[in-house]
This record gives sequence, C-alpha cells and structure tokens, in this order.
Amino acid sequence: MSTSRLCRLVTAFAASAALVACSQPANSSTPPTDPGPSSSTTLTVVTHDSFAMSEELKARFAAESGLDVTYVAPGDGGALVNQLVLTKDAPLGDVVYGIDNSFSSRAVQEGVIAEYDSAALPPSASQFTTEALTPIDFGDVCVNADLQWFEDNGIPVPTTLDDLVEPQYKDLFVVTNPASSSPGLSFLLATIATFGEDGYLDYWDGLVDNGVSVVRGWSDAYYTEFSGADGEGPRPLVVSYATSPAYTVTEDGSRSTTVALLGTCFRQVEYAGVIEGAQNEQGAQQFIDFLLSEDVQSGIPEAMFMYPVTDVALPQEWVDFAPLSDHALTLDPAATSANRSTWIKAWTAKVIG
Amino acid sequence: MDGQGHRLIRRTGVHRAGRIAWVVAGAIPVLFLAVFFLAPVSNLVLRGFHDDGVWSLAGFTEVFSAPRTWRILWFTLSTATLATLLCVLLGLPVAYLLYRCRFPGRGVLRAIVAVPFVLPTVVVAVAFGSLFNPGALLGFLQLKESYPAILLALCFFNVAVVVRTTGSVWARLDPRLGQAAQVLGASPVRTLLTVTLPALGPAIAAGASLVFLFCSTAFGIIMVLGGVKYSTIETEIWYQTTQLLDLRAAAALSITQLVIVSSTLLVSNALERRTQQSLRLHVDDSGEHPLSPTRDWFALTITGLVVVLLLVLPIANLVLRSLRRDGRWSLQNYANLATTGSRGTLTVPVWQAVWNSAWTASAACAIAVTLGVLVSLVASRRPRTSAGRRGLTALEGAFLLPLGVSAVTVGFGYLITLNRPPLDLRSSLVLIPIAQALVALPLVVRSLLPALRAIDPRQLEAARALGSNSWQVLRRIELPHLIRGLGLAIGFALATSLGEFGATSFLSRPENPTLPVVIYRLFGRPGADNYGMALAASALLACLTAIVMAAAEYARPKGVATW
Repeated sequence: MSTSRLCRLVTAFAASAALVACSQPANSSTPPTDPGPSSSTTLTVVTHDSFAMSEELKARFAAESGLDVTYVAPGDGGALVNQLVLTKDAPLGDVVYGIDNSFSSRAVQEGVIAEYDSAALPPSASQFTTEALTPIDFGDVCVNADLQWFEDNGIPVPTTLDDLVEPQYKDLFVVTNPASSSPGLSFLLATIATFGEDGYLDYWDGLVDNGVSVVRGWSDAYYTEFSGADGEGPRPLVVSYATSPAYTVTEDGSRSTTVALLGTCFRQVEYAGVIEGAQNEQGAQQFIDFLLSEDVQSGIPEAMFMYPVTDVALPQEWVDFAPLSDHALTLDPAATSANRSTWIKAWTAKVIG
Repeated sequence: MDGQGHRLIRRTGVHRAGRIAWVVAGAIPVLFLAVFFLAPVSNLVLRGFHDDGVWSLAGFTEVFSAPRTWRILWFTLSTATLATLLCVLLGLPVAYLLYRCRFPGRGVLRAIVAVPFVLPTVVVAVAFGSLFNPGALLGFLQLKESYPAILLALCFFNVAVVVRTTGSVWARLDPRLGQAAQVLGASPVRTLLTVTLPALGPAIAAGASLVFLFCSTAFGIIMVLGGVKYSTIETEIWYQTTQLLDLRAAAALSITQLVIVSSTLLVSNALERRTQQSLRLHVDDSGEHPLSPTRDWFALTITGLVVVLLLVLPIANLVLRSLRRDGRWSLQNYANLATTGSRGTLTVPVWQAVWNSAWTASAACAIAVTLGVLVSLVASRRPRTSAGRRGLTALEGAFLLPLGVSAVTVGFGYLITLNRPPLDLRSSLVLIPIAQALVALPLVVRSLLPALRAIDPRQLEAARALGSNSWQVLRRIELPHLIRGLGLAIGFALATSLGEFGATSFLSRPENPTLPVVIYRLFGRPGADNYGMALAASALLACLTAIVMAAAEYARPKGVATW
C-alpha cells in the first residue's frame, strides 16, 4: 500500500507537471513592428535589495513624470539578474537598477536589456559605459587594515595581495564568501585579475595556508571578525570598501583608524537599464535620466555607500579619508560573465571543500 | 411497498448529491494546490530537464558526480538523524512530565515548550547568534557557526514535536498495564522498557519522522548559523537557483529532496494512522498522577534542563539584549522601532511592518483554515472501496508536500508560471498570503484531521441507523468535533504565517515588508541602531507568536491525539 501511495504522489506530481509543460504557450513569432518606445501611466522599477533612495526623491520623480511608480526588490545583485533572465518572456518590470560589472555582460547577452543611451550621462563618465546599460555609481572593493593593531604589534601594514601570504600576516585576514557576497566576489576577481586564471587558485592555496578566514557576508566580516570596526573582532585585515575608512574617523576628525590598501582594489560599477519588452520604455528612460540627476547622484554616497558617476560634491570625510584607487583592478566584463560560475565553483572546491 | 421504494430512490438521490458535494469540496483545495504549488514547482523543475528543446537528465549526472553534492547529502541526512535522536531522547522525559504528572503550573510549562516550534527562523537565528557570537553570553564556548550550535537550534525548534505527539498519547495510555507489570514484580525501568515504550512506539516514531522532515529541510537556521562550511540540500537549491541560475542542478536536487521528503511522509503517515487506530483500544481513563520528586526525579531534571537551557535561555537572552544599549538598560531599541533605522536601512518604520505582518498573516490564516477544513473533511471520509481510500490518502499526502519543497523553487516557479493574464500575479501582494497559506496548510490539516478521525465510527453508524442523513451527521457530530480542533489550527496558521520568511522575502515589495523581512534586513546592515532594532523587533515578533500559540494551546482539543 505504501508503495502504491508513493506512486500516486509521484504520478499526481508528474501529471500536473505534464499539464504545465503542455500549456506553455508556443513563442509567438509575430514580426517585430516598431511603433516607437512604449508608454504607460505606470512604471515598475526592479532593483537589488540594497537600493535606497529617499522618499522625497521618489515622490519628486512620481510628481515630475506623472507616473504611478512601483519599486520591486527581488533579491541581491545576482538574484536580480538571474530573475530577469528567467522572466525574459514576460518581464518583471520596466527598468532595472543594480546590475554590476560582474553580471552586466550576462544580462546584455541574454537579451534582457533594451538599448538606451542616456543624454544625461556626462562625457566624464564615459570610462564606465558598457553596451546597452547606463552606469549610475561605482566603488572599489579593497582590503582594509586596522592601523592601531599594526602599530601596537609592530608589524608593517601590508600593501599588496602578495604580502597577504607572508608568514607575518598569518591568521590576520578575513574575507567573505564570493558565492554569497558581492565584495567577496570582487575580491576573488581581484585575485584573478592579478594572478590570472592559471594562478589565482595557487594564490588562494597560499591564503588558506596562511590562515585566511571565510565568512558568509560583509557585515559579519566587518563588524564581527574585523578588529578595526569597533575593536572587538580578532582580525586586523578584512575585505571591505575603499570608502570604509570614512566611517572609522576618530572623534576629533583628525584621522581614520583604518586604511584601505589601494593596491588591492577591484572596481565595481553599478548600472541601470531599460528592460527588454518593457510596458513603459519612455518611463524607464525617464527614470534612468532621473538617477543621473544631480540630487539623486549627490545622495548616492549617503544612501548606498558608492561614488556617483557624475561630477557632484562628495561628503567631506570621503574626500579626506576614502580616496579611490588610481590603479584599481578590472577584468573584461564578457570574460567575467562567461566564467563567473566556473570561477566560484573552483574557488568553493578549493577553499571550502 | 410503493412508499418504501420511493424512499429508497430519494435516499439514493441524497447519497449521490452528497457524493458530488464531497467531490466539489475536495476539488477547491486541489485546484488551489495545483495552481499555486504543483504547477509553478513542476514548471521550474521541468525547465531543469528541458534545455534548448531537448529533454535531458544531464543535471543528475552533473550534480551527482560532484563530491560536494555527496557531502551535502550526507550532512543533511546525518544532521537530521542526529537532531531527531536528540529530540526523542530529550523529548520523552518532558512528555512524561507534562502529560503524565499533575502539578501546578503545568499549563504554563506546556505553552513554553510549545512556542519555539512556531518561532520564526529569523528570530531563532538572531537569538542563537546573540548567544554564541564572540563577546556574547556563551561566546566563550566558541560555538559560533559550529556544528553543535546548528544541532542545538534544530532541537530548540523540534523538541516540542516529540513532546506533543508522544505526550498526548502517553496521557491516555491505560495505566493498568504498567500497574499490572509492577504488581508482577517488574521494576519501574523494566516496565518502562517493556510495556510503556513499546505501547508508545508508533507515536514516538510518528513524532520522530516529523522532526526528521523538519530538520532535513531546514533552511533559515543553516543559512544564518551554518556560516560558509555547512550546506543542506535546501540551501544548495537556493544557491544553485538564485546565485548561479543553474536550473539543471537545482532540479536534480529538488527531485532528490522530494524523494526523501515523500518517503518520510509515507512513514510518518502510516505511523500516525497506527497511533490513531491503536488509541481506540485504550480506555479514556486518565493515567495522570501527582508529581513526586523522589519517583520522577529523572524526568524532572531533564525537563528542567531542556526548558531552562535549551528553550528559555536563548529567548530570555534575546529579550535582555534588546533592552540594553551602550552597556546600560534602555528602551531605546524599542523607541527606534518607530524609525526606519540608521541611514534609511528600511523604507518603512518597523511598526508599519508589524501592521503588514498582521494583515498578511490574517489573510493567510483565513485561506489556510478554509482550505484545511475542506481537506480534512474530505480526507476523513471512510469510503468502502479501497480505491476511494487510496485516493483520500493521496489527497492528504499531497497537501503535506509544500513542507518538502524549497521556498525558492516555489518563488521562482511563480515568476515563470503566474506571468500571464488572468493570473499575472507576480508583483501582486496577493501572492504573499497565498504562499504563506501553502506553508501553513500542512500544519492546519494535521491539527484538524486527528479531531475528525477520533470520532468513534460506531457513533456515526448509530446516527445513520437512527435515520440521520449525511448532512445531519456532518452538522451534529463532525462539525462540533472539527470546531474543537479549530483553535489549534488557527493558532498554527497565524503563527506560521507571521514568521514565514523564505517565500515572503521573495514576494514582498520594499514598501510592504513583513516583520521577518525587516528583521533580516536590519540584522544584515551595519550600525548599533540597526542591530538594536533587529533585537527589539525579534523580541516583539517572538512575543506576538508566543501569545498566538499560547492561546491556541489553551484551545487545544482535550482527549485528541493531535501532534
């Protein structure tokens, strides 16, 4: 009797599955007619879950555009792109913000982004442009060091990735898992950019031998494991952002107790784009222009800890204590998109087992 | 003769109308399950086997040739087994004390034991984190992200399941069996081993298989406490789907999990049925006796340890930590719940999220209880044909399936299934209570069905023999029984929906977050304000759930072996 019940369950499951498979509408191949950009009175904005914009700005965009705007945040950057790819036939919304340069090429290749060249993008931001997508903000992911700890222990602050495998830095470094954390992925990409596809795993062998600790997410690494955030964690070296030292400034404002090692930085760029098949392409384009407006751009450091791509004033602590790297590491976006999974899987097999 | 014939025809007509009514009553929940569960899930899983127009099982080969998969499978199954064993060992003495002994405060203690089971995973994760993190109360044990911490958290959740399932049977175990054994010279230990435990066997096994089911599909606990080292099948499905969009691997893993879960459910259901049947053999004579410290010292000690260290300590620590700020006692964290956190971490104040949670959970509860009542009524029919009986068993089993399918699979399934009119619901808030109702439904059915099955068939036969038709039987006998189980069912539905995180986090919008979603976000962002608010919001959610569950415990049907 129990086997027959199992059969029944499985059959029921398979039957409904078959039903679904059969009811999948065949892709209608109507020839594309081009009636110009679509428009509508509503706009759906799809973002990653770190997107933050003040209520005033949201209200202003709604008032200026006359659109009824819905914001949806279905997950982190990776989940965001994957959901867009999965829902290609019936898009989740009209405009997306939050695709970074490790996913950009994938999103474009999968055909989920419609071409848009925003007139609001200043020429100075041309260094970030990529096909179809519009850059909105950027930042550097770098190894951060707790200056006090190194001073107390009389060890020189490391400066390069190679230093981190030296015996004097044994058990001092904490990184985040590239499979679940975006700074973690950036740091993995930094090692690939430095040591090449053939060499990065050997470098990680060295890090593991030197006692590197891997934790799941950034806040865990920075606030729990790192000694420089509140002085409680055990490790003085952490993967974080170039802007992090702006948040560890002493009370008198004279110096920061941490420093970003500018020789270890990987450049991260975040893009917005019109979603292919959008119901409201016009509104989507308006929203991208709005993201490049001065008020939104100057709010980005405070809201999302990233540098705006346009030329707006930065917070004073950023100017004083959070310089960007002038030789940040990068990788070809196409190669990154193509190999991301392979690299992460190889890393996981090597470092976590 | 003529009159009799007429009556016969009329009765057959009533019979047929009754049968149609039952089919309709069963069809509504089945349709719901098909549209909001089976279709989305199979749609996504099938995509994993259907690549570029070709059917392929390459996903299986790929997944099962990776040593990582085997390690994950081993971890999932061995951890679930170990946690189940622990729950049984710890749960039995507690069940004995709470259901076999009489003492003041027993009701409160039963409620305390019952609450953890429905606590939101987010809250439990925050609570265990604030206990084991370096610098916390038990930080010196260095259990952060360790195997023992995961085991403890799993036991924290599930010990109540063993206590419930065995306790309610133990309470009505005929005491004369044990007394007879002792009169014949058996020691108490021998009586326990040779008389009591064998009699409880099916109940223990039913509870254990449920615990195994919950542990082997654990997601939130592993995500938060597992660090980077530990993955279960469930977290691996999440990872493969959301992060790598490797639907082939995810599909192969989903099928594997479904096989494990279905077999566990089969065992659990078969055992539960045996419990219900064997129960009828026992007299309804209470086997309770006053608590005696000399005789019951063992059960008393274990219960004390379980309640104080395993169940109360993490939550008490959470509440105390939520009341502290900068090393001083303060209500600041609670006052901050009116804000959106530092640097606009949230889009709405936490109170708004409480309100969202309340209405979503109420809607989910209404859906789950309505469908649960229909499923339970239909599944408790006693058809004469074996095909009919098998059909009902399959129906009951189908509604337990959502327990064994990852929320991510359901969520991504919605994205690619409910995407066209008339069912383009992807960005609709209606999906949140629907998804929560799916998660709550198995618990609702498990609360209602035993109450109906506990009706003595002779009572129903007698009513029919005395001329009552099916409607009268339903109204006068079955519905009153059902209503006795309703309080518990509503409690479970509300509590589960309040704490549901997996599916909700997918479906909620930034401006309509529920409390668990807000807690997760606060916990993941930097800043003392945010951490303090996460603690306060967790304590608040724990408190809400506890109130709901305590009320449900109070309304629990007496004398029915619910779980």
